[in-house]
Amino acid sequence: MRTGQLTTHTHTHTHTSQETRTMADSDSEEAAVLDNTDLTSPESENNMINTMVERETALLKKIDINVAESEKRSGKNTVNMQETYTVYLIEIRPANAAEGGLPVGDSPWRRYSEFELLRTYLLITYPFVVIPPLPEKRAEFVWHKLSADNLDPDFVERRRLGLENFLIRVASHSVLSKDKIFYQFLTEEKGWREAVLETGFQDKADSRLKSLSATLRVKNPDKSFTDLKQYSDELNSAISHLLRVRAKVADRMYGVYKVHGNYGRIFSEWSAIEKEMGDGLQSAGHHMDTHSASVDDILEEEEHYADQLKEYLFYTDALRSVCRKHELIQYELEMAVLDLASKKQQREELTTGAVRVFSLKGMSSKLFGQESPEQRESRLAALQQSIQATEDAVLDKNQECREFMRMSWEEVKRFKEQKDRELREALISYAIMQISMCKKGIQVWSNAKECFNKM
Amino acid sequence: MIVGAPRGLQPVTGTTHPLSAVQETLSPVPDVTASCHIPNSSSSSSGGGGGDKEVVLTNGKPVETSSPASASSLLNRLQLDDDLEADTLDLYASTETRDLFVTVDDPKKHVSTMETYITYRVSTKTSRIEFDLPEYNLRRRYQDFDWLRMKLEDSQPTHLIPPLPEKFVMKGVVDRFSEEFVETRMKALDKFLKRVADHPVLSFNPHLNAFLTAKDLNKRQGLALLTKVGESVKQAAGGYKLRARPPEYCVMGEYLDTFNQKLGTMDRIAQRILKEQTEYLVELREYGSVYAGWAGSEDALTRPLEGVAGCVSTCCGAMEDLSEGMSQELLPVLREYVLYIESMKNVLKKRDQSQAEYEGRLEAAVIRKQEEKTPVPVEVEKCQDRVECFNADLKADWERWQSNKRQDFRQLLTSMADKNINYFEKCQSAWESLVSQLQDDQAENTNETNCD
Repeated sequence: MRTGQLTTHTHTHTHTSQETRTMADSDSEEAAVLDNTDLTSPESENNMINTMVERETALLKKIDINVAESEKRSGKNTVNMQETYTVYLIEIRPANAAEGGLPVGDSPWRRYSEFELLRTYLLITYPFVVIPPLPEKRAEFVWHKLSADNLDPDFVERRRLGLENFLIRVASHSVLSKDKIFYQFLTEEKGWREAVLETGFQDKADSRLKSLSATLRVKNPDKSFTDLKQYSDELNSAISHLLRVRAKVADRMYGVYKVHGNYGRIFSEWSAIEKEMGDGLQSAGHHMDTHSASVDDILEEEEHYADQLKEYLFYTDALRSVCRKHELIQYELEMAVLDLASKKQQREELTTGAVRVFSLKGMSSKLFGQESPEQRESRLAALQQSIQATEDAVLDKNQECREFMRMSWEEVKRFKEQKDRELREALISYAIMQISMCKKGIQVWSNAKECFNKM
Repeated sequence: MIVGAPRGLQPVTGTTHPLSAVQETLSPVPDVTASCHIPNSSSSSSGGGGGDKEVVLTNGKPVETSSPASASSLLNRLQLDDDLEADTLDLYASTETRDLFVTVDDPKKHVSTMETYITYRVSTKTSRIEFDLPEYNLRRRYQDFDWLRMKLEDSQPTHLIPPLPEKFVMKGVVDRFSEEFVETRMKALDKFLKRVADHPVLSFNPHLNAFLTAKDLNKRQGLALLTKVGESVKQAAGGYKLRARPPEYCVMGEYLDTFNQKLGTMDRIAQRILKEQTEYLVELREYGSVYAGWAGSEDALTRPLEGVAGCVSTCCGAMEDLSEGMSQELLPVLREYVLYIESMKNVLKKRDQSQAEYEGRLEAAVIRKQEEKTPVPVEVEKCQDRVECFNADLKADWERWQSNKRQDFRQLLTSMADKNINYFEKCQSAWESLVSQLQDDQAENTNETNCD
């Protein structure tokens, strides 16, 4: 899967393909749905045929993105320590050579850490978007044959595919694909890092503490978001459990197949002392060898399925991040409303002169005498102004909150549709994989049986 | 020095062995028929009577003649084996002429104050004249089988006696009364008895007859009688040392050693596979339940996830069947052959002793002849006869055993392949029905979307 020719397909569903292309395609369809964010008509969201036209706008329509190569490099890191790392070559080409289209940049080499920076930037800049996840930083849920070494060629290759998939997902997203920093990431090797930092996105980053306190103190959490949070927790634990058990199943299956390989050896040795049985045993031995070797391919193919599941495991973090953002905004809104209420109460006290509740202010006015009407007037005016500002702020927050909800809900909806479709396809292709494994098994044992029969 | 029985005169055809009957129609009747009129053995079921009675005595009487083996009978058997190889479809013919059918089944536990033991039902169906009834059903315990085998070994020292399952079991490790153990032992005993009953010589041994028919085995009587014979064998062998084993027997010995080693390895492999499969099964079960659990928190994915869970559980069932089939079928055969090799080595050793005795006596006789000019004593000639008989019997049994082994392993390995094929087929069909179901769902969904 090195081609990465991920351009335009005008068909809606690709059932059989297990490749990233399927994901990218379907993703861009979904992205196209999001293009209509300013429209509220539900028909445009549900009608897949309509969206085919909208896809024109996605960046992916115009270019091919390809993480073409990986390369090992070594150098000094920030603390002047020698380190070895892997870089990935990003290539983009106009999707349609005839159109010419966008100018093509200098095919930058990027490290994984730069991908991480890009993603963090997107995460902060587009809080309402379910940002596609990166492939795992370190190999997780490995079974024993699989190396957990970050420089292992198989791992690097799978990561290359994962990174390519990430870029394609971003490029097919209606909002993310229009981001300048993203485009620079694809096209300019030098100065990109500085450009990201210049955006000041880090200032917008919310501290963990702040978001944690928001989680704890939001008074009226939105039901749909708490549900979403709960769902992402469930999905997370389901997939991680599944991956853990799958790794163990793979381990055991590997064992079962490989031990059969011993039959290959023993049949061959045994055949040496037999006359009539010799030939049959000898060739049956070869089939046992084949059987034992076939597990490598089977499990390698299964690893792709595991990677698909892993992507969705990491997606759950993106979902949670959207939930957290919503909580923060909600919290800010609630704080503003509280602020407004207390200010309004102050104003009431000031105008009526009545002190409803025992307060320090009341005490002081009793102790130090009444303030002058002018003083009161100016205080009232200041208060009035502050109330106005707070009211505006509440309105703004309300607006922001509603806007966030609208956009993020679109996103979540898009995500769920994508997830349902892709996981369904992943499960089907997993089943197909199992079928082909069974067929291999039947083939090998039928061949062996033929040999046994000749004995 | 006549050991066991005067032999070499009775052609194999006289024994109405089922397979030999087939043979007889194909090859010329052996010309060595001196001591016995040959019954109409091709229709052995009823016609074999008259001649047989002379050679095979009824239960409890001294065994004097039993082992009909000679060069010609060997030739006969060799051809028989060739024939078997050439035409395995001839199985029908051989079952038609087979006239002694034995089965060991229905184990029962007996608890008394003295001991607890298992008996097995031994059923016999036969048309042989030396059996009073056409059918017998009685119960025997392991030590009765053990008695029979000892008797056979003592009375037919030149023959390969099929092995019994191991007598001793590690206490605490194996439960002697567990269903599994009893079942395995029962099958092994059945195999043993069938092999004896199918043997052209052993099946006419009066001890077998007693074992199959006598209400009570008079073990002591038989024992007293045969001790003599057994001792004479030992005496005969004592004091002589074989100079060189003829190459053909060396080859046999080497073959047995190597085959034994290979069987041991195969047994280890099979055990290991079973262990791996058991562990695989544990993980696979959990794997299926994870899918089922996940299905609970999904809406649109419930069907595919539950479908995968169902397939995984089908695969678990298939794997269980596979493992069970393997442990019940493959392992006992491997073990039986390990024991068989022991028996075979035993016979080889006895043959060596017999040859050693002959060589020793001959040497002595030659020296005496030079000194005294006397003819070679009859004793030495008899010794020579015995070695030749031994060689002929051994070769015949060897060929027979090789042929059995080949059939057994062909059948065993073919069935192993079948079981594996069956396993994969079950899994495949489960996955295939899931895929078609999910693809139908998908097609439906697409249609709905298009219709909207």
